[in-house]
Amino acid sequence: MSLLTIDHVSKRFTRPTGAIVRGLEKLRGQTPKRTVHALTDVSLEVARGEVLGIVGESGCGKSTLGRIVAGIYAPSDGAVTLDGAPVARESRGTVDKLTTRVQMIHQDPFASLNPRMKVGETIAEGPRQHGLIPAPDLRDRVAALLSQVGLEPAYADRLPHQFSGGQRQRIAIARALAMQPDLLVLDEAVASLDVSIQAQVLNLFLDLRRDLDLTALFISHDLSVVRHVSDRVAIMYLGRVVELAPVAPLYDAPQHPYTQALFASVPRLGEGRARFHPIKGEIPSPLDPPPGCAFHPRCPFAGPRCRTEVPRLKPHDSRAVACHLHDGGTGATTGTSEAA
Amino acid sequence: MSDTLSPTSSTAAVPSAPPLDSRATRLRHFWADYRRSPAALLSLLVIVVLLVLSFGAPLLAPQDPYDMAALDWLDAFLRPGEVGSGGYTHLLGTDNAGRDMLSAIFYGLRTSFVIGLSACALALAVGIVVGLTAAYFGGRIEAVLMRVVDLQLAMPAILLALVLVAILGQGVAQIILALVVAQYAYFARTTHGAAKVERGKDYIEAARSTPLSTGRVLFRHLLPNVLPPLIVVATVQVASAIALEATLSFLGVGLPLTEPSLGSLISNGFKYIHSDRAWLSIYPGLFLMVTVVAINLVGDQVRTLLDPRRAT
Repeated sequence: MSLLTIDHVSKRFTRPTGAIVRGLEKLRGQTPKRTVHALTDVSLEVARGEVLGIVGESGCGKSTLGRIVAGIYAPSDGAVTLDGAPVARESRGTVDKLTTRVQMIHQDPFASLNPRMKVGETIAEGPRQHGLIPAPDLRDRVAALLSQVGLEPAYADRLPHQFSGGQRQRIAIARALAMQPDLLVLDEAVASLDVSIQAQVLNLFLDLRRDLDLTALFISHDLSVVRHVSDRVAIMYLGRVVELAPVAPLYDAPQHPYTQALFASVPRLGEGRARFHPIKGEIPSPLDPPPGCAFHPRCPFAGPRCRTEVPRLKPHDSRAVACHLHDGGTGATTGTSEAA
Repeated sequence: MSDTLSPTSSTAAVPSAPPLDSRATRLRHFWADYRRSPAALLSLLVIVVLLVLSFGAPLLAPQDPYDMAALDWLDAFLRPGEVGSGGYTHLLGTDNAGRDMLSAIFYGLRTSFVIGLSACALALAVGIVVGLTAAYFGGRIEAVLMRVVDLQLAMPAILLALVLVAILGQGVAQIILALVVAQYAYFARTTHGAAKVERGKDYIEAARSTPLSTGRVLFRHLLPNVLPPLIVVATVQVASAIALEATLSFLGVGLPLTEPSLGSLISNGFKYIHSDRAWLSIYPGLFLMVTVVAINLVGDQVRTLLDPRRAT
């Protein structure tokens, strides 16, 4: 039984426009597209104790997915449930988060801590509000949390500006852990840190995962970081999951042409001459996604079928791929499909 | 990798934080910077002296201008420095009813301070609630609230206050209410602008996704981070509230002369401005000017010190 279920979730953002602007556009006879398809029909499951990595280029919807799971956005369609209970509810335009069991760690620790609140209070206020820790024990608990993330308990009375980036990210982790979450969402949690600090924070995460049996959604654009911490990885492209597989088989033999291109684009050392293959073309606008497979304008194997029919995420053994190459061919005349 | 870098070694690698900057230390730094401007320092001193004189008026003033029985017609229009029937020197002279001008100015200053400070405090509270609500909830609530504020800001504050006092009638409470209605818009606009910026930052999102109650997010997270610009606006608005009240009283819709404020004293003396009794208007006018200028100079210095672009 999976802990987190993401069931056919879509998210569209529509730019609000006033009546006057709409009227003017109607007069001119042109209505610009203003709906961003950030997520389209994403279904994923995360088992208890599992770390699912989410990988993709910027703009692929991975952060939107994280925010929906963390109850910051409500999905336009579909549902996100934790043990069968919804994470958030939308009523009259505002999102009400219904659970404390999902906590999020943001990318930028310089922005995610209230600059005018002592870090001890930042860590304590959530559990206090929800009665998770009895009031007399709060101070001790904050001290324990700080030492658990490798900081001195005496730091509780300091303000965020007195800490380095890595220390702040540790504080953000302590704040999340204080809520005793079942699921952590880490949105590019180490991306803004120096490489040496990244390693420290990642090790902290791995230690905490082992000690607390954490379940996590680990969102990153960094393939090597994701490989290091995840059990399974979902590759996203333009709002859809295109490949989902356990780490080892995915990194050994990526199936989807986009995943292959993504892996090939990582610069490698020690191969004599520079080998760097950027994916040709640009990521299409989510305001106007291409018909059929979203990757077909950039895909070297695209056939006629790819331009019209959206590929479905089809399971193969322990993994799943959304590509016509692996699901009856692209409709191209001769054996290009074997090239995969 | 977890074997190569153990959690204990990572703890040791974290640099220790700089020494603690407590609230008291920050205040001390602020004061050290503030003292560097002689004008601001002098203004602060002037304000303190005026506050002591006005709120200590019952102890310091030779006469109680509220006590009609103490007034003597025979003492009317004494020149500054003359001794009246009370047996003491009227340093600033007396008016047409025999009121000691110095006493009247002390009491009038007290009325002006009470009205200016309380109107500003109330306007600040209302403005914060309106501005935070608009910025936090957005959408239709924001559109309605901020359009009302914009409409008000397009009108001169004195006009609005005049109409309100005409409707509400005379009295200290009525004037305070009129000033609050006329002035909250400045606070609401400043709060809204600053809160709109803070609202989009991750720490608000983090607080919301904990989840914390809306009240806590608004008043513990959003409000402390929009406070610095509000402090600046508040100091300037105290001066403007005092000037507004004086204007209302001068125009005759504010406080009656039996309850003197600086404005009504100026108004009362204005009849004699072309005579050799011009001091009746000039002395309260000087006090008003010094008060307003001093508060504005303090506000200017606070603005300079709280400017985030200022290198420290």
